[in-house]
Order: sequence, then structure tokens, then C-alpha cells
Amino acid sequence: MLTYIARRLLYSIPVLIATSFLIFAGVSLIGDPLGGLKVNPLASQETIDHIRAEKHLSDPIPVQYGYWVRDAVLHKFGTPLLSQQPIWDDLKRVIPHTLTLVIAAELISLLIGVSIGIYSAIRQYSVFDYTATTFSFLGFAMPVFWLALMMQIAFTNLFLAWHVRIFYTSGLSSVDPGTGFHWVLDRAQHLAIPIMVLCVLNLAVYSRFMRASLLEVVNTDYVRTARAKGLTEQKVTLKHAVRNALIPVVTLAALNFGALIGGAIVTEQIFQLDGMGNYFIQNLFNQDIYPIMAWLMVVAIAVILFNLIADILYGVLDPRVRYD
Amino acid sequence: MTDHSLERDTSLAAVGGGGAAAVEAGAGAYAYDATQQAYESGLEVEVRSQWYYARKRFVRHRLAVASLIILVVILMAGFLAPWIAPYGFEGYDVNHLEQAPTLAGGHIFGTDLLGRDYFSRVLYGIRTSERVAFIVMLLATVIGTAIGMVAGYYSRWADNLLMRFTDLILTLPALAVLLVAAALMGKGDQYRVAIILSLLLWTTLARIVRGQFLSLREKEYVDAAKAAGAGDLRIMFRHMLPNSVGPIVVFATLTLGVAILLEAYLSFLGFGVQPPTPALGKLIADGQDVSSNDWWLVTFPGLTIVLIVLCINFVGDGLRDALDPTQRVRA
Repeated sequence: MLTYIARRLLYSIPVLIATSFLIFAGVSLIGDPLGGLKVNPLASQETIDHIRAEKHLSDPIPVQYGYWVRDAVLHKFGTPLLSQQPIWDDLKRVIPHTLTLVIAAELISLLIGVSIGIYSAIRQYSVFDYTATTFSFLGFAMPVFWLALMMQIAFTNLFLAWHVRIFYTSGLSSVDPGTGFHWVLDRAQHLAIPIMVLCVLNLAVYSRFMRASLLEVVNTDYVRTARAKGLTEQKVTLKHAVRNALIPVVTLAALNFGALIGGAIVTEQIFQLDGMGNYFIQNLFNQDIYPIMAWLMVVAIAVILFNLIADILYGVLDPRVRYD
Repeated sequence: MTDHSLERDTSLAAVGGGGAAAVEAGAGAYAYDATQQAYESGLEVEVRSQWYYARKRFVRHRLAVASLIILVVILMAGFLAPWIAPYGFEGYDVNHLEQAPTLAGGHIFGTDLLGRDYFSRVLYGIRTSERVAFIVMLLATVIGTAIGMVAGYYSRWADNLLMRFTDLILTLPALAVLLVAAALMGKGDQYRVAIILSLLLWTTLARIVRGQFLSLREKEYVDAAKAAGAGDLRIMFRHMLPNSVGPIVVFATLTLGVAILLEAYLSFLGFGVQPPTPALGKLIADGQDVSSNDWWLVTFPGLTIVLIVLCINFVGDGLRDALDPTQRVRA
């Protein structure tokens, strides 16, 4: 088992290197590294020349890549072109906000989605199953930003009508969030709607997948054996079938992380949350490629990490996986 | 061997009226006899191709057919926007500023702060979205099929390269990659957006076609074609491609929906289709600032997107069932 984890870890290293090169080459080639500066009337030709020399922009791409990696490792991605605020300081501030959002959404939607999937599969072609199917089709067809806006409209109007504050529709916290329990409550009230929005995006995926996975397992021989042994239906489903049907869902949940980050980009934008998505969009508007590359690297590392966890979990959950 | 394969063999043969019923029963040998009888008795024999069966299976899928009809109506409405929109895209109705949707007033989707009719604007938005989506569908399908064919047929290094490359692309969230490309390539028109989307979306199809070609390569009829002296190109295009047409058609259909969604995301965030070109995502973004009062400015363009994508997905589902030759034709 340990060697398996070690080998998977080692395998991630070339993937990480290749991804970082792809990010650097891709971003440098399609974008002008100095694009944001050139349109800035305050930047003199001298400053531009200085930065060109500082970032080694006259060198070929592989050499530039080398300098960039050194900068990323030794100076935590350095500073953006347009300000002196270190990139890592900003990232360090926004990452926990986005992680709270994404992890909460992931856990809640996994719990609900898997339950819906199991019930749909047990009661296949029932009214519940058809309703769940219809809603998941709606979920697949719905742009996240639109759903977010509709929720925002609904809850804002609810507040305006009744003047009772259940959820906030903008920002991460109130002007005076308080401390301890009050702070947590305040944060939860702010994040509740964004989390709901992200959950809807995920629920459709997880419930459909769980349903299909369970339906496949239910028809296998060992489930029939379990029934033949005289186990109760509940035991057969929960102990024998669901356990195995969950295995592919775990992989899906890990791979879905990228999609969740994508959803977080638009959701944070709408609810004015100071998270990674907001930071990303802001720097895209500034055309500043250094924070963008740093952002992409952080996300890539996270995705690779989640894939690693999925692989290891797969090994733990599925005894058929061999480690050698 | 299951009765599926028997059924497929006989359905490929020309079967007459009596033969068709026999095929339904799944009795291959009997169907063959019936066909022979039909021939010998001088009855007219109707040729039924795989497409005939696919069409039949699709028509049986009521939801898919209904979706197809709604989809065609919406897409035609968008296509004909300049002729059927009651007001122009930038047309003002100064007597009805910021009006909620009414049937009587003639603004069924309401108007915005400047008195622009949102029904007309949505029609124009559909026009842009569908144009982008069709270009993406065409480009992504052609690129994806071509690369998938090469990777699947020649295998080895081409295959390795493709798989590793798509693996790397999949490491990053699709939306982030699209946003970076769209933001850094400078502002442009809808065609630029379409090209950026196609450059990302071809990868899925390439993997599908590759998988198909990897398995088709081992089939006997490919060996037979090789033995008969057919060249690589002929084998790929005449023998293998027609056998992978099902997944390709389904992918192309679903890509239409994905492209409309992604274009909406980009335009909403301000990196997609640039004004003054109308786009559904941009309409929603415009309505965002006054959304708590003028809910209709956000609601209707969004509902349009949901309806279009929903219909496309249902049609895609219907096609998936229809183009699968192992599916039964329930006559």
C-alpha cells in the first residue's frame, strides 16, 4: 500500500512539471506579458524596459520558464506587474474563502446527491425517480450564473418584503461580524446561497451517476447471492450493493473539483465574495499574466492532489485494485 | 451470441412485410426464410437500411421528437430575428421604460431602463449564440474526429501524444482555460469566441473516436479490407468511420448545447462576444445591476438558454438510443 502511494506521488511529479510548462508556454504565447502595462498611461518606456529585463522577456520561452519557476519556488510567485503587493499574500487570503465554499458544497451535494441516486435506483421508474431525472436534466441545462442571479433576486426581494434577514446576498461578512459563534453564524449566512447554487450544479451529476452505478451493481451475481442467503433487502442494498456502487462516485467527486472551481469563479463574481474566482477575473481584466499563471498553478496542484487522493481511495475501497 | 446480433444481421438484409414481424420475434433464421419466400413469390421487397431503423427508433422517442420541434422553432426564430423581431436590437420605446412583462402592452419579456424591448433582444441573442454554437460544433467535430482517427488507427506515438495532451488540458478547469484564452487574445468578435471554444472542445471527441478506432481496428472486416489491398485512408474513411458515426453525431449534438452554455458564461463575465453584438449571456449581465427590481431582464434570457440546452440534451439522448444498432426496434 505504501509503495503504491509513493509511486502515485512520484508519477504526479512529471505531470506537475508538464502542466507548469504548458501553463507558462500557453499563457506567455497567447498573451502579451506587458499587455497590461502598455495600456497604462502611468508606465513610462523606462519602466517597461526595466521590467522586460527583470522578467527576462527577451529570452526564448524555455529560458523564461526557468526563471519563472525559480521565481515561483524561491519568491512564492513574486509580484504582479501592476503593483508591489506580493501575489502569494493575495492568494493566501482568498484560497481559504474559496475552499470553505467548495468543500461545503462538495460535502453537502455528495450526501444529498448519493441519497437521491440510491432512492432513484431502488425505486426505478417511480414518480420520485422521474422527478429526480427531470430535475437533473434541468440542472445540466442551467448556467450556474443564471441560477445564482435568480437566487439572489429571490432572497433580496424576500428581505425587502419581510425585513427578516435569513441569508445575505452579497459579500463574505457583515461590517461588524462579531467574534466566535457570531462570526461563524454571520459567515454561514453569507455563504449559504452561494453554497446552495454550487450544490445544484453538483446534485445533478452525483445523483445521476450514483443511480446508474447502483443499477449496474444490483444486477450482479453477488447481490443475488446475498438475497439468496436470506438477508433483508435493506442489508442487501446498503451493505452489499451501495458500498461497491460508491467506488466510482468517489473518483467522480475528486475529478469534479475542477468543475467546482469553474462554478466558484462565476458564483463569487455574483455574490461579491473575496475568493479565488474574484481574484482571477480581476487579474484577467488587468491583463496581468503573472498572478494568472500563479492562480492556474495553484488550481492545477489542487486538481492533481485531488486525483491522487481519488486514486488512493480507490485502492482502499476496491480490493480488486492491485498495488504492484 | 445474443439475439441482438442475430437481429442486427437480419435487419441488414432486405426484409418484406412478413419478414419484419419475424425480426421482431428475434428469430433470425425464420426471417431469412420469409425474405426468400417474398423474393420467390415475386412480392415487392422494401429495402431497409440502418438509417431507416435509426429514424424509426428516434421517432419512437416522443420527448426527443417534441424537443427537436421546439428547438427548430427557437433556432429559426433566432435565425429570422431581423425580420420577425417586433423592435430592433437597439430600438427604443420611450413610452415604456423599465416595463414589466405584459401581454397587452406588446412587450412580452418587458423592457429595460432605456425602453429596449427584451423579446427582440433575446431573439437577436439567440441568433448570435446559435451561430457561435454551429461553428463550434462543426470545427470541434472535424478536428476531434480527424485527430481521434489518427490516434486510434496509427496508435503508438500519435496516440500517446494525444492522450497525454488531453490529460494535461483536463487538469485545469475548462472555464478557467477558456477565460484565459479569451481574455489574453484581446477583444474580438463572435467568430473568435467560436474558435477558442472549438480549440478546447475537440478533445472529448478525439478520445471517443480514438476508442472506437482502437476496437474497430481489430475487426475482421478491416483485416479483409487490408487483405484486399485497400489503403489506410480508404480503410479509415470507407470502413471504420461509417461504423463510428453514431457517437460522433451524438457528440456533435451535445456540443451544440455545451457551446451555448460556455459562450453564455464567457459573455456574462465580459470576455465573450463583445457589445454591440447581442448575446444571451451579455443580456443577463446587463440586467444584473438592476436585477432586484427588474427581475425579468435576468429571467427571460436565462430561461431561453435553459430551454435551448434542455431541448438539445433531449435530442442528443434520443439520438444516442436511435443510433445504437444493438437497440431493438419496437414496431
